[in-house]
Amino acid sequence: MKYSIFSLLKNTLSGHRNWAPAWRDPQPKKDYDVVIVGGGGHGLATAYYLAKVHGITNVAVLEKSWLGSGNVGRNTTIIRSNYMLPGNNPFYEWSMKLWEGLEQDFNFNAMVSQRGVLNLCHTDPQRDAFARRGNAMRIDGVDAELLDTEGVREMYPFLDFSNARFPIKGGILQRRGGTVRHDAVAWGYARGADARGVDVIQNCEVTAIKTEKGKVVGVQTNRGYIATKKLGLAAAGNSSEVAAMAGLKLPIESHVLQAFVSEGLKPYIDGVVTFGAGHFYVSQSDKGGLVFGGDIDGYNSYARRGNLPMVEHVIEAGVAMIPGLARVRVLRSWGGIMDMSMDGSPIIDKTPINGLYLNAGWCYGGFKATPASGWCFAHTIARNEPHKLNAAYRLDRLRTGHMIDEKGQGATPNLH
Amino acid sequence: MLITCPHCGTRPVEEFTFNGDASITRPTSGDMDQWHDYVYLRHNPKGRFEEYAHHSGGCRAWLVVTRDTATHEIFGAVTARDHAKKRSAK
Repeated sequence: MKYSIFSLLKNTLSGHRNWAPAWRDPQPKKDYDVVIVGGGGHGLATAYYLAKVHGITNVAVLEKSWLGSGNVGRNTTIIRSNYMLPGNNPFYEWSMKLWEGLEQDFNFNAMVSQRGVLNLCHTDPQRDAFARRGNAMRIDGVDAELLDTEGVREMYPFLDFSNARFPIKGGILQRRGGTVRHDAVAWGYARGADARGVDVIQNCEVTAIKTEKGKVVGVQTNRGYIATKKLGLAAAGNSSEVAAMAGLKLPIESHVLQAFVSEGLKPYIDGVVTFGAGHFYVSQSDKGGLVFGGDIDGYNSYARRGNLPMVEHVIEAGVAMIPGLARVRVLRSWGGIMDMSMDGSPIIDKTPINGLYLNAGWCYGGFKATPASGWCFAHTIARNEPHKLNAAYRLDRLRTGHMIDEKGQGATPNLH
Repeated sequence: MLITCPHCGTRPVEEFTFNGDASITRPTSGDMDQWHDYVYLRHNPKGRFEEYAHHSGGCRAWLVVTRDTATHEIFGAVTARDHAKKRSAK
């Protein structure tokens, strides 16, 4: 069914009792042309674009839990394309363009809200770096505005401008950045893929990857064996574990990132603001809660919960930026498992095993990349070669010295 | 998480800085493949894991902590020197 004002009116008149489920609950078939491991945002988007752009519909998405139970439902919902390096920015800008047309494209309300993303700077060198980044963005056709202190004050007068240690010198603003209702992204892609014939199979965990003579032949799951010649891995925090089933050791560590939401407040922060002297980012959800997060905890983890020292650290950074936050109560916190790569950038590539494709290493920037990641991964799987937008996200780039390290941290996954 | 440092006793997690996978060994040759694996590839298991941790807020010794990455249960910590000795004895 196409969702529209008419379908809404019709279902309102019948008391909302006749809405059809948004996707089927199919039994796994014996074989598929393509199998995607991971029913999160990236896996579902990949299946959607495989069907829509490449006409490949005999596809299964295998999700070990329920749809969107991983990072697509655990992030702080921010979208932006304010990167600097050549391999990154065209990719993220394509993602932004897909976000801009996404709701019409998949006929689902994902509440894409281009409310602006403002990064604050607190020193002169940081402002210089922002100017450089903004210029790099504009070369790639991305919008970027450098604000001075007064420009920031006009937008957010309640920030701590008189902070002696971290005075606000200005900021870089991407007005096209913003937030998206994250669960709806998973649901919209699942519904769109399902309508085109893709089997979205929940509670189906891959337990082994079967290869013969260097080629993928299928996967063993807790719901039986599924044959396929093309297998795409989009398992986010579990990437190392899944890839190990095929004998691959990845340049990835899994780390826990915590996020938080406050009690509901009246409209307070109408965009996304990030602190430049620590790691803190905040926006306000349409329900009124402030949604915020900071750094990863810093140790390998698959636990989906963090420890209190990082909670304290994040909230200290938040209060340093917005003193008024000290009076706001935190309602909930949770954790997600990040696939932290060695240079802070992702991998969308073929692997040394024929028919095995890898989408991993998103660090904590995976949500904003969802549409372009699915779009590029679908292209890579369908054509058996990367699109030029993901050509730099090679699995072997660390071996050849072509790392894409925005922060310049080197091979230290817990610092990216 | 509480870690029992061999020098300082049981201390809270915020005193430690983690440096990941302690199973990798520094190559002794100039072979680039070995160096690539050493610098970039990581054993990243869900479950029991040996990792380097620097007691940066305490005695500043490098330790190897054994921990479950799925539950955060800590099984023990030895100095990196003892860990290396034990490994080379194997």
